[in-house]
Amino acid sequence: MSNAYRNNFLREVTANVEEGEWVKMCMQCGVCSGSCPLGPHWEHPPQEIFMMIRAGKREEVLKSNSMWYCTSCYNCIARCPRGLPITHIMHGLAHYAKRLGMVPQNQQTAKFAQKFWDNLTKKGRVNELTLGLSLYFMNGFGEGVKTSLKMQGVGLGMLKTQRMDPLEILGGHGCKDVAGLQAALKKARQIEEAKAVKV
Amino acid sequence: MAKQYSFYPGCSSQKKASSYNQLRSTQTICQELGIQLNEISDWNCCSASIGYCGGGELPRLVLSARNLALSEKEHPGQDLVATCAACWLATREAQERLEHDPQLKTEANEALKEAGLTFKGEKKVRHLVEVLIEDVGYDEIRKHVKKPLKGIKIAGYVGCQTNRPFGIVGESFENPVYLDKMIDAVGAEPITNYQKKVACCGGALMFSEPEKSQALVKDILEAAHDAGADMLVTPCPVCQMNTEVYQSFINKKYGTNFNMPSVYYSTIMSVAFGKTAKEAALDGQMIRAKQLEEVAAR
Repeated sequence: MSNAYRNNFLREVTANVEEGEWVKMCMQCGVCSGSCPLGPHWEHPPQEIFMMIRAGKREEVLKSNSMWYCTSCYNCIARCPRGLPITHIMHGLAHYAKRLGMVPQNQQTAKFAQKFWDNLTKKGRVNELTLGLSLYFMNGFGEGVKTSLKMQGVGLGMLKTQRMDPLEILGGHGCKDVAGLQAALKKARQIEEAKAVKV
Repeated sequence: MAKQYSFYPGCSSQKKASSYNQLRSTQTICQELGIQLNEISDWNCCSASIGYCGGGELPRLVLSARNLALSEKEHPGQDLVATCAACWLATREAQERLEHDPQLKTEANEALKEAGLTFKGEKKVRHLVEVLIEDVGYDEIRKHVKKPLKGIKIAGYVGCQTNRPFGIVGESFENPVYLDKMIDAVGAEPITNYQKKVACCGGALMFSEPEKSQALVKDILEAAHDAGADMLVTPCPVCQMNTEVYQSFINKKYGTNFNMPSVYYSTIMSVAFGKTAKEAALDGQMIRAKQLEEVAAR
């Protein structure tokens, strides 16, 4: 009987999710959900996510689209009466779901966010041109051509105003010590993974 | 002698990147006001607020810790200053979290050792707006105004990340007034009852959830328009881009007729300081700020 009452998911989140130790502090007031600019689109707004974690709904939480709708506006953090770092917890849950391979297929923000990370870690700085192009084509070639045509005006406008450089396609900006940066990131990842509690 | 600062420009401020116009006008006002920005030589991306899919907590903190360590080494005694909202937020957050959590700091330094660097935690991380308010001051800014922007009505769009979770020193989350004061200082008319002053433009989700983000931008533009604004002024590169470049999409979808310039505080200051259109980077506007061009041409 005792096992049935053990809330493993809350413990898992506390141990493995960024700022996860705060989840138990939520008092279900709902200010976060009401303050979220994309709140109406969340399947489960933050307040609900917190209660679902405590109720042990592991699959439903980690496979949810919800936290991927966080725009990082920090309204929830500024307003939470208990001072929970809600934005960080949402980023943390999203990252954890990704690590476990539980992100819903075709989650657009997850795809974009991964491309952003891959782009910046390649040379140490974001290459806006290659990031933009990879983004247009992330849902297949046909979609990519359609999106490129739709965005043509924006691209030309950015070019004309010196806010886009076609030469970036050849490599473009980057850090000098990319090797050092990549080694530091690799080490950081190893430290983090070694600390994670196995489920 | 110019005041010295260690400067973190960030990816979007690089030459011919999406907020190159912010960098250009920032250089103009800094030169005028005696602010010297010393660029951190080999800075890296902070991963903004969208790096969390691929990057965990520690790797993301290490990105900013590397910039801080470089700044400590190259510019000792100088505050680290950023102009980009996300750069400033990420760097300040890393500084504070590593300072307050000795274990995280040890781990970050273990990782940084791979790049031959050490984060000590000596830096104060500031937004350029804070330098303008605290180290220069509104009165001093006023003294540099050669062409007051008389009769131009401007909505100060503060947005999110310059305002939360840290915010500009001395300001409130729900109604920060520093942009209004800057607008007033350059002789323009601030829209003080601007309802969407601290609303979100969708940020990076403009790329992954364009329809939902454009709906937010529509409200931001509509509130400015309804309050009588001629243009928006913002401190943030993402706010600027999101409020400017998607107006034609919004017009098409909602049957609106927006054609509202969205500029940086450094743009209006440059023009008011009597600089040329080029120095103010007015040629970096996709929606031309014609009223500012007229003043600059006088």
